[in-house]
Amino acid sequence: MNDKVSIVIVSHSADVAKGTADMVRQMVGDDVRVAFCGGNPDGGLGTDVAAIMAAIESVYSPKGVAVLVDLGGAETNSEVAIEMLPDGRGANVQICNAPVVEGAVMAATEAASGASLEAVRKTAEDF
Amino acid sequence: MTGTVRDEDWVGGSAVILDPTGLHARPAVKLTKLAKTFQSAIEIRADDGTAWTNAKSPNAVMKLRAGHGLPLHIRAAGDDARAAVDALVALVDQNFND
Repeated sequence: MNDKVSIVIVSHSADVAKGTADMVRQMVGDDVRVAFCGGNPDGGLGTDVAAIMAAIESVYSPKGVAVLVDLGGAETNSEVAIEMLPDGRGANVQICNAPVVEGAVMAATEAASGASLEAVRKTAEDF
Repeated sequence: MTGTVRDEDWVGGSAVILDPTGLHARPAVKLTKLAKTFQSAIEIRADDGTAWTNAKSPNAVMKLRAGHGLPLHIRAAGDDARAAVDALVALVDQNFND
């Protein structure tokens, strides 16, 4: 499974994050690994650096991880999470500048073919 | 890639879209994933359109808005072009296994 780029979904809402991951799995299938996180540690809206790091680590592959985020803090916290990844893993993780739901489906569709992280990101961002 | 293909190199086919919603998002993803398994250049065209679209681009396939009850035109060029067209025609014929 490590021969494909993985997808991580980061939303302020746990429901949006889970719903987006469900869409990706149902539309693209199980051949791409998908992780998601959303909400703050208190169960409200927000994003959490530790949760984002855990989501990335859970599907990490040297082939790459494409991260889809929603608003403001989701992006800045994802940037912090990527910087804090151990062993230089952050070099293989990129945030896609794309809408979270559409970008996640597009990125996963591209990733399913075994495409590079750069190609996956481009497909998500071309949407 | 397709710019270098001569007209006579294309292998063609078509199949009618059965889904009442036309070629919507979920079938578009299936078509793209299948197209990407072939080496050949593969393009599709809606029956009411003149432009050929890269079948391996999920964005392009979804934007095609190919409608229900009309044939989807498929063409491919490359070593596995015949197999690619046959596989895509079969996918459309089977209503994307939905």
